[in-house]
Amino acid sequence: MKTILTATAAGLLLTGAASGFEPESDRTIKLMQADWTSMLVNTEILNIILSTYGYDVEKVIADDSARYPGFESGDLTMAVETWQTTQDKAFNASVATGKVLDMGELGPHAREDWWYPAYMAEQCPGLPDWQALKNCAEAFSSPETAPKGRYLGAPVSWGGFDEERIEALDLPFEVVHAGTDAAMFAELQSAYERKAPIILWVYTPHWAPSVFEGSFVEFPPYEDACYNDPSWGVNPDKAYDCGKPQGWIKKMAWAEGEQLWPCAYDILRKFTMDGDEVGQLVYKVDVDGRSVEEVAMEWATENEPKWREWATCAAN
Amino acid sequence: MADISPDILRGRRPSRRLWTGLLVAAVILALLAAAPLMPPSWRAVPDALRWPLSDWIAAGMNWLARDAAIAGVHFATVTRALATAAQWPIEALQVVLAKGWVHGAGFNKVQIAPPLSWLGVTLATALLAWRISGPGLGAMTLLAGLYLALFGLWTSAMTTLASVLLCVLAALVLGLAIGIRAHRSPGMEPAVRAVMNVMQTVPIFSYLLPTLLLFGYGPSAALFATVVYALPPMVHATVLALRSVPAETLELARMTGCSRRQTLWRVELPVALPRLAIGLNQVVMMTLNMVIIASMIGAGGLGYDVLRALRRLDFGAGFEAGMGIVALAVVLDRLTQAAARNQSVGRRRLWSRRDGLILLALLAVPTGLSLVLPALAVWPKALSLTSAPFWNAAVSFINQHFYDPLEAIRTFMLLKVMNPFRDALAALPWPIAVVLLALAGWRLGGWRVGAGIAAMAMFVVVTGYWLPATGSVYLTVLAVLVALAVGMPFGIWISARKRWHQGVQLALDTLQTLPTLVYLLPAVMLFRNGDFSALIAITSYAVAPAIRYGMDAMAHVPSERVEAAAMCGCSKWQTFRHVRLPAALPTLLLGVNQTVMMALSMLVIAALVGTRELGQVVFTALSQGQPGPGITAGLCVACIALIADALLKSGAARAARHQGEAHA
Repeated sequence: MKTILTATAAGLLLTGAASGFEPESDRTIKLMQADWTSMLVNTEILNIILSTYGYDVEKVIADDSARYPGFESGDLTMAVETWQTTQDKAFNASVATGKVLDMGELGPHAREDWWYPAYMAEQCPGLPDWQALKNCAEAFSSPETAPKGRYLGAPVSWGGFDEERIEALDLPFEVVHAGTDAAMFAELQSAYERKAPIILWVYTPHWAPSVFEGSFVEFPPYEDACYNDPSWGVNPDKAYDCGKPQGWIKKMAWAEGEQLWPCAYDILRKFTMDGDEVGQLVYKVDVDGRSVEEVAMEWATENEPKWREWATCAAN
Repeated sequence: MADISPDILRGRRPSRRLWTGLLVAAVILALLAAAPLMPPSWRAVPDALRWPLSDWIAAGMNWLARDAAIAGVHFATVTRALATAAQWPIEALQVVLAKGWVHGAGFNKVQIAPPLSWLGVTLATALLAWRISGPGLGAMTLLAGLYLALFGLWTSAMTTLASVLLCVLAALVLGLAIGIRAHRSPGMEPAVRAVMNVMQTVPIFSYLLPTLLLFGYGPSAALFATVVYALPPMVHATVLALRSVPAETLELARMTGCSRRQTLWRVELPVALPRLAIGLNQVVMMTLNMVIIASMIGAGGLGYDVLRALRRLDFGAGFEAGMGIVALAVVLDRLTQAAARNQSVGRRRLWSRRDGLILLALLAVPTGLSLVLPALAVWPKALSLTSAPFWNAAVSFINQHFYDPLEAIRTFMLLKVMNPFRDALAALPWPIAVVLLALAGWRLGGWRVGAGIAAMAMFVVVTGYWLPATGSVYLTVLAVLVALAVGMPFGIWISARKRWHQGVQLALDTLQTLPTLVYLLPAVMLFRNGDFSALIAITSYAVAPAIRYGMDAMAHVPSERVEAAAMCGCSKWQTFRHVRLPAALPTLLLGVNQTVMMALSMLVIAALVGTRELGQVVFTALSQGQPGPGITAGLCVACIALIADALLKSGAARAARHQGEAHA
């Protein structure tokens, strides 16, 4: 493999890559990776760091939401990304079992909400303020929802309370759920190419906002009270009369592993990335079409002092 | 319904069928009209009737994975041990084929030995294909290998191949063993058949979570899930094949003093080989079918490439990786078929010792050279071919220029056909639906069939998934109707044109192994998320068996009957209408059966474009990590499949019986 060659070449250049550090255990650390780009790159970077210090590391592919049994039983050891916006409940439930550790935030913040392409601003003046949607639902409608607007929601399993939001804010819209992330953005691309009406769920960090021009709708900002207390906000009788929470992205790990590899766990706790930095890495892979391994190795080579700092426990 | 009376087959008194049909239609319409007058508990299943099945299953699963023990050994320990045992050969194959022997990682990665070179593997396989089949298959293998290498898919393809080979092997051995056992003890056969039918029809997504709980993440969990899915056709084929061994042959074996084992290995299996080969073909196809889903739980390889490409909407790259899966499927299938054919016709001595040496040299020399010439290890990225921009541009072009007419078709279908049908089914009161189904079963197959169908329909009722189940039925019925309307006439038409058969076979294999997602997402671009895209996906998958059985049914019409008809002076159309079609009817009905099964098995994939039915329940349960609802809804899908199977099989049996009487 080409990456192997680059890896060895890089290894030779950076002499004394690993000092005399001996990993605490020779058992395999299993890094979970799902299928979105930021996680792939971040996981590969962690893989490079841990492997450099001699840990036996394996990347295991697992579905985003199907990961918890694996972490509770130790089939999976570490994950660098758990998104509050979609995994909040499952993650907290899993941490509450005591078998899974919350390893702190990765750094970037996730934002997700209703989003429209820039060309729709002309047809619906007043956007991004959410009040504007009340008067131009027809601009967003399709034959089967007319005269109501058609809002393309995320897969049902992601939750998000859009049906409740529409009711609470009295918006003349209907939710149509996409089956998957990819199907959702396929529809965006289709509409964008034809400058056709669309309003949908978009989240960042993701490549779409860097390729398609557009903005998030500004709903009343989220507060915990909005979801829990009906009397909060513009609608005194209903909850969910606000935008979506902006969420953390956390690292997680199998609890028992802390005793096996204390230093590796220390490295994971210190492992942080900057939001823009992640955005650029994702762009290099998704838009420039470079391989994940190549982009990750480039980052590791450029930022060596930084990650060596995280690994002080392995320095001597 | 498939109520075919002998009168119709002989072309007499068609009016009776017409009247019966009209009567049934009138009754159903009257019921629908009267639906609002019926008690509300007839429309929505009352809570008192629902059993908390999902909770029981979830609790059972938890117990199985955590506490269950046989003689002090935890059940989970046993499954984990099995997983580790399965992991080993997969990894060994991957080292040889894909990864090479690597030591260390990250900045300290060193490769000790390279994997087999793509050139070596391709040439060696092509040589093998040439020897066991001929230059045609040799050339095909060579092309497939070059495609994988030059398009930069080689490493992924070999990762996939490593797990596929083991899946096929495991399903083959297990399927033979279970099939032989079932054949020998006739008391066991119905039970085995029932279990296999459930295994084949429960959507794989619904047992993915339990598999992960028991076997852990990674290639071995994918291996077990795939074997569960691919095993049933091998078992069915084995039982059928052994049953078809003529009694005289067995008698001869007994007279010559063969032991039971000798009879099996020397007589029965060789005689049954051609039919076993059909089972093997299905195993290969179904295993490769699973590549995408397997990659979701850690198998990696080409399936993962497809998922990744589609996630960034690179349809072209997704299509190329998907065609890589097709290339593997076709080569594997043709090689195993050729080997089976050689065995059954007794072609031997195809392989000389010199060939063995050449094969080793072909593998060793390029692999050795790859140490100095990296292009032999991995084809350089800069020189890789790709057709992706073309496909992406094509999708984009269609989207920009043909969207409006397509949108008109979609709107018409959705508003005028699909939604009304969906609403009508949802409005049908469940007690009446159950009774109607049971009556149909009783008419076609007797009271046992009727009672069985009633029990399965009631199962769906008590799970509380009646409404989503009507959604599944609506999508399946429409997809099957379209698939049959397109597929059967085409199959019947093409069956007389032998020249085209090879091309059609290739196209059908492609249709069955090209991951649906590859064409599902472009479909979403043109037809948006929702039921219409789902209908297209299900139909394009289910059309393959409709064509296959259409071809097969016509090809096996006894030639004496056709000749007799010609002598009686029948016109071409008369021969078709009164001789060929009746004779082919039982096979055609089995084709309908297979089409229904395929359509049902696609429901879960269709959920990926946002349907609202059982498939979506299963998919959502998987992504929320709840095994209970997933398995329950999966069993409901199995019930629908088994009900359809029972009705169609009894219908086919009846048709065959009448067929027999008519020509007795």
